[in-house]
Amino acid sequence: MSSEAISEGARASGFWRGFQMGVPIVVASAPFGLLFGALAAEQGFSVFEAVLMSATVYAGASQMVGIELFGQKLAPALIVFSIFAVNFRHVLYSAALGRRIRHWPLAQKAIGFFFLTDPQYAGAEAKGERGEDVSFAWYMGMALPVYVCWVAEAALGAQFGKLIPDTHAFGLDFLLPIYFLGLVMGFRKRPLWLPIVITSAIVSIIAYKTVGSPWHVSIGAVAGILLAAVMPIKKSDQSETSERSETL
Amino acid sequence: MSTTVWIILAGAAMTYLTRIGGHLVLSRFERVHPRIEAGLDAVPAAVLTTLVAPAAISAGPAELAALLVAGIVSLRSGLMPMFLAGAAVLIALRHFMG
Repeated sequence: MSSEAISEGARASGFWRGFQMGVPIVVASAPFGLLFGALAAEQGFSVFEAVLMSATVYAGASQMVGIELFGQKLAPALIVFSIFAVNFRHVLYSAALGRRIRHWPLAQKAIGFFFLTDPQYAGAEAKGERGEDVSFAWYMGMALPVYVCWVAEAALGAQFGKLIPDTHAFGLDFLLPIYFLGLVMGFRKRPLWLPIVITSAIVSIIAYKTVGSPWHVSIGAVAGILLAAVMPIKKSDQSETSERSETL
Repeated sequence: MSTTVWIILAGAAMTYLTRIGGHLVLSRFERVHPRIEAGLDAVPAAVLTTLVAPAAISAGPAELAALLVAGIVSLRSGLMPMFLAGAAVLIALRHFMG
């Protein structure tokens, strides 16, 4: 067997090992992929727009934030900025993953970073920590099934979202706050979580009542972030890989 | 193209920037200042809280009960069970309270 055939085989087996890591993420994220499509349709997105967002943004929490703010008829720049703010955590994942994939060619890096969701980061970080090589084939084997299903779920959800007759009775208008609360709770092992949440909650409520929407989002968020930055630094527990690994 | 499509594409570009930017920018520094890191660490919880709190104070009893039950369930379980519990309480209470 030539060495080329051997490396081809290694690539294929790497892809399938990654694929096996991707399957549970497909199952866990499916309800949220469908929910995103349904809520997007409810907020006035077409099926094409819902699919476009899942296919290009590909970050569940920020997509939900995007359609929530879209429903409030905000200035476009503020919606884009809010998507950026929610996704800002990826900066940390990106810096950490970059150390594991130094050996990838530039084009592979450019592609790989597009698929850097929370579970993708957790999976790659865990593999790297075990001392194993994080190969491009393995990484894409994990990423592709999750991505393909996520995009398909947006189409399905948007299609069915249009069929729901009484959205109030089904609670569709209040599902997003419940979902966001779940995401907030998912970060509760991080240092200073409770003081940050209380500060951001109080300040955003005051801003909501005085300055008004949408500024309560930025003002409340900045208050919590500043609090975290000025408080005495404690050694953080590295809970990053265990949290939120079920969402995109 | 519609405004919605522009918002989506700009949001996608910003998201990609966060996914590649950490590698391009943060990796140039030996270490990030601990206060900046603490601030960055706080970003998701701080941003997401502002999307829950105002909704909670302007909500009715069914919505508040749903948030409360979902919050309690989330202490013991993942996102999916807490979400389903909250949605179930919301739908049931809206059904019975009209």
